[in-house]
Order: sequence, then structure tokens, then C-alpha cells
Amino acid sequence: MEQKIQDHAILADKFNKDIPRVDWHDKTLWFIREKRDKAAWQIAEWEELREAASQVKNNVLDNLHDYLLEFEKQAQQNGVTVHWAANAEEHNRIVHAIIKEHGVTDIVKSKSMLTEECHLNEYLQQQGITVVDTDLGERIVQLAGEPPSHIVLPCIHWKKEEIGELFHQHLGTPKGNADPQFLTAAAREHLRQRFMTSRVAITGVNFAVAETGEVVVCTNEGNADLGVQLAEVHIACMGIEKIIPQRKHLGIFLRLLARSATGQPVTTYSSHFRKPRPGQTMHIVLVDNGRSERLQQESFRNALKCIRCGACMNTCPVYRRSGGHSYHYAIAGPIGSILAPGLDMKKHADLPFASTLCGSCSNVCPVKINIHEQLYEWRQVLVKSGHVSPVKKAGISGMAAVLSRPGIYKVSGAVGRWFMKYIPALVNNKLNPWYKQREMPAVPKQSFNEWYRQNRKQNGKQS
Amino acid sequence: MKVALFVPCYVDQFYPQVAIATLELLEKLGVDVTYPESQTCCGQPMANSGFEHLTHGCNDNFVNNFSGYDYIVCPSGSCTLHVKDHLHATNETAAAGIRKRVYELTEFLTDVLKVENLTSHFQHKVGLHQSCHGQRGLKISQMSELVSAPFSKTEKLLHMVKGLELIKLSRTDECCGFGGTFCVAEEAVSVKMGIDRVADHVTHGANYITGNDMSCLMHLEGILRRQQSPVKVIHIAEILNAAE
Repeated sequence: MEQKIQDHAILADKFNKDIPRVDWHDKTLWFIREKRDKAAWQIAEWEELREAASQVKNNVLDNLHDYLLEFEKQAQQNGVTVHWAANAEEHNRIVHAIIKEHGVTDIVKSKSMLTEECHLNEYLQQQGITVVDTDLGERIVQLAGEPPSHIVLPCIHWKKEEIGELFHQHLGTPKGNADPQFLTAAAREHLRQRFMTSRVAITGVNFAVAETGEVVVCTNEGNADLGVQLAEVHIACMGIEKIIPQRKHLGIFLRLLARSATGQPVTTYSSHFRKPRPGQTMHIVLVDNGRSERLQQESFRNALKCIRCGACMNTCPVYRRSGGHSYHYAIAGPIGSILAPGLDMKKHADLPFASTLCGSCSNVCPVKINIHEQLYEWRQVLVKSGHVSPVKKAGISGMAAVLSRPGIYKVSGAVGRWFMKYIPALVNNKLNPWYKQREMPAVPKQSFNEWYRQNRKQNGKQS
Repeated sequence: MKVALFVPCYVDQFYPQVAIATLELLEKLGVDVTYPESQTCCGQPMANSGFEHLTHGCNDNFVNNFSGYDYIVCPSGSCTLHVKDHLHATNETAAAGIRKRVYELTEFLTDVLKVENLTSHFQHKVGLHQSCHGQRGLKISQMSELVSAPFSKTEKLLHMVKGLELIKLSRTDECCGFGGTFCVAEEAVSVKMGIDRVADHVTHGANYITGNDMSCLMHLEGILRRQQSPVKVIHIAEILNAAE
């Protein structure tokens, strides 16, 4: 039975029970936002670069059908087997069938948000396959039995002391040792054994070049390369929107990706996988999972431009203070909040409301997705589709009725202010979320409208 | 030049002094200001909650009140942006005209009136809270995310005020967490954002926090008063109109 998911506000409230931790989480991510700013300012033509990336991606979305076929043709000519998956289930079945064909039960996987989106790990585990995530951050959350809380920094919510304890329990490191270098070395040794014995390696894809049929995977740890180079079978899983037309366009995207993500000039490894080496087989799984449908929705299609850099999360003042898990979806933060409702409106109806619409996300986005405007649009769609509480609906309908009628508005305002002034307990109570940690505004002796009638009309000024 | 004063509903009800300051300031600058008395609200509280489809009555009332002016001026970036982006009405031609002619107070002062000096005096250390909709929506100032030349219409005006010392902040344009219904629907995060914003101003020595939007300031004021802090909030119109 599916567990009832708590909504963002409730999970965020829980996260805020530990304020020093919220402060630490906020500062850690703000530090990365500042690194991103410094890196961006190193490039005089940064804004032009964003515009170029946006336009290339717009072109891709406008011509996706043709680029996908071109990519498939090129990849097949390179000796790669190309698979098409309409949805997450089909993707998982395809991947499992390949693994099964090779009689393998243990595999390694480098970072792929698509496989998180499809819940591949859970699916394969149910089929008796052990998956080891080889990205250090992902391995940490995997050992902890948690999903990643950030798409680039999966364990950003973990402190080094907690990782020390986790490694002590799972990898046998000495208790109390939280030295990052030591722990990384321990993880490396642990992962090295998996790399050496795994015959199948799964990777994600950052960019798929239509012109050449190659896929490009960006990592800082080289774990994708190590996995693929040691395995007999390479399975690359990608959403169909990962296409770029030509190799030369990487010059735009690789410059933007790492700077936006972590403030690095480029990822340590930008690995191109074009064809299987002799004796190896290579598969590419192209996954739709709602993307074609999104492409048809004018208001939401350009969310498909996303290159998964995570900059919108690092800058989001709500994300920094609520944590990635409060979004209860594989992709958290602002971008997750506009992607998730597209897959399941009912389940993710709360997410577009987990924002102040401050717009910082749209400003840092390297491909210029209008994230905050889409959050607004999703709110309209969700309410019209009935994904709203009856209490809220009644409240807003009442508000709309009052604000359409100037006479009623004036009387309601005066009555409301009278009650606030003379019976403050009506609003200053624990049922009022405003009052819980904030004072209500002081009640003035008259509204501006009343003041104007008294002070200006008498002076002969007419409106 | 005929100018209509557009007063946000919560300013009308809770902060009349902000509307009075706006009116007086515009009059001091020689503007012929009219206050259309049957105005209510721009409709943003409904629309941002996902109920834009229920704003027709409110929008028609807005258009009835604000048609026929050269400019509509509002002491709020957020309400102005909402009108600019989302005002649609039965009389769509009139609505389109209003969308083009609506200005937030400070941009009206710098861009239309081209104010270069003021007689105001405010002898205090002031922190500027840049409200997101004015800043990122109306582009009242440069945004820290963008690689572009610095400018700030608000600061330009504050620098004309005698005695005023503008303090520096660690985070120049982080959201305060008000966010309309967000402030109650996401109470925990909203308050935490507000507390952090207040702390940035207080640790840098502000006696006053000012801004273009009273809604953000109302939220920050609620936190300051709960903390029993001596620091006060004040709308920029009140400072620009101050002659202490």
C-alpha cells in the first residue's frame, strides 16, 4: 500500500524544529550559491551564454522528434542498441531485461536523476538485483536508506560526523572518525571492490549529441568512467530532452553546467561515450515518462530545457530552509516543484505552493526556465483541477466576493479592524498561523479611505 | 498629467500613513493626484493562491476605478507587478491601457518625474529590504543573480535624503518569506526566512528597515515586535516624505 505523503508545509515544519541545523543547511547551500556567483562573474558574456543555451534548448524542443531519430540512427551506426521507453515501468523492465540477459545480479550505477525518477533501484532490488550507487553522495544516502535530497549534492543534508557514524556501521570505519579525507578513502576502497566485480554499469546522461550519437556524462569523481570501463555492459539511461543538436553546443552547456551547479569552471570529468569498446555492449534507453505530454503544454514545456544543475535549489530561500526531502519527489526545489505535478497532480499538488514566487530561481537558471512563472501557472491548473482544500476554496471565494464590491469591502474592513482592536483574542490566538511567531499589525484609528474622505474631500478635492 | 493613486488593500486597512505619505510626496512634487475612492484590491491574493479565475469582479472594479488616467501610481512593487502581468477585464482595451500605465512609486519618481533631489530629512541608519516583485519583477534594481551593471532606483532616491545612512547587508536581495498566503500556509519557513532577514539588518546596525512593499515590512515588523526589538519598519514613501 502506498504511504500517505505529508505535504511540504508539514515536512518543512518538522525540519524547522532543529533551528541550528536549518541555519547550517542554509549557510552550506548559500556558500555554493556564492561560489556560483563568483564563477559566473568570471565570464563577461555570462548572460549571453545563458541566452544561447536557452535558444539551443528551445530549438531542441521544437524539433525533438527529428533530433531523436537522428540520434538513434547515429548511435545504432556506432554499434549501440537503442531502446525506447514510454514510461518509468517500461524503462525499468528494459534495464532489468538487459541485466538478466547477461546473468548478472550485482551492478554499479553512477548518478542519474532519471533512474531516481523511475525508482529503478527499488525495482531492481525486487527482482533480486543489487545496485550500488558509486557517486559518493549517492552511496551515503543509499547506505542510509534515503533518497537524495539534492540533485547535484545528494547528501548535502548530512553532517560529516553523521557520515562517520554511518560508515562505522556499514563499512566498519573506526567509531568517531569524521575526517572527510579518511571517510572518502574508506568509501573509495569499498567502491573499488564493487567496480572490479561488476559486469554491468549504468550511467545517466547529461547531454546526448544528435549529430554523433554519443552521450556525455559529467562527474567529479570519475565513477561513471570507472564503472563503464570495467564493465562488459554499459547501459546509459536518459530522458528524451537530454538531446543537443551538435557537439559544438557542448561548448555552451559544459561552461554553464558546473559553474551553475557548484561554481567550478568545469566538472572534473566530462566523459564522451560514443561506441562500445571491443567485446563490450552498449545500450541507451530513451525515456519519455510524461515528457511528450509536457511538450504539448505551452505554459510548462520549457521546463524540459532543464540540465539538472541544481542552481535553483541552492538559491531558493525556501529549499535552503526546508530541506530536499520536504519536496517528497526525486527532484526537489523549484524545478522539482514544476516537474512533479506534471507526473502526478494529486500527489504533488502542494509543491507549487512551496514558494514565495521570489523569482531568484529563474534568474540563476542557466537555460532561462521561467520557473517562478510556471509555479504560478501550476497553482491555477491545480485549483481548476480540484486539487485544493474546501476550506481554502471557501476562504478565497469569500475574499473574491468582498473585493469585487467596494461597499462591502469598506464595511468589512471597518468591522474587521473594530474586532481586532477591541477583541484582539479573535486573531491573537494559536489558531492563527500568523500570530504563532509574529505580532499582528497594530490597528490604525481609520483606513486611508476614511482619512481621505475626512481630510481631502473637505478641502474641496474631488475624486 | 493626471495621476491616480492606487492604494493596496492592506495598506488602506492597516497602514494608512503609507498612503498618506505617498499622496503628500506626490503632491509636493507637483503632481495632480486623484484617489479613486471605490478601489479595493488588485486581486493578487486570490490569483497567487491559484484562483485567478475568481478575480474577474475585482479586476472589473479595478478597471472602472483606474481608467482615464495618464499614470497609476502605487506604493507597492508587488501589487504593481500583479496588475502589469495579470490584469484582464471585461473591458480588455482599458485593462491593457492600465497594464502599461501602472507604476510603482519609486520607479515613477525616477523614470517619469526624473526626480534628482528631495528636501526630505531622515537622520537614521536604514537597511533596505529589496522586495522581490519590485526588484526581480519590475527591475527596480540590479539582481545579485545576474551578471550585469549595478543600479538601484530605490537607493538612488534614498541617497537624496539628508542624514540617512544606508547600511550594507550580507545578503542584498534575499526574500523575506512573506509571499502572500505563503506566510500562513508555510508558517515555519516563512517565519524562519523573516527571522534571518531581520537578523541581517539588525547585526549590521539598522535602526529602521525600509522597502517598497509594506507587505514584506508587515511580516518583518511582526517578527521584530515579537522579539521586542527597538528596530522599526518604515515604508520608503514615509522616508521620502519625511521632513523631521
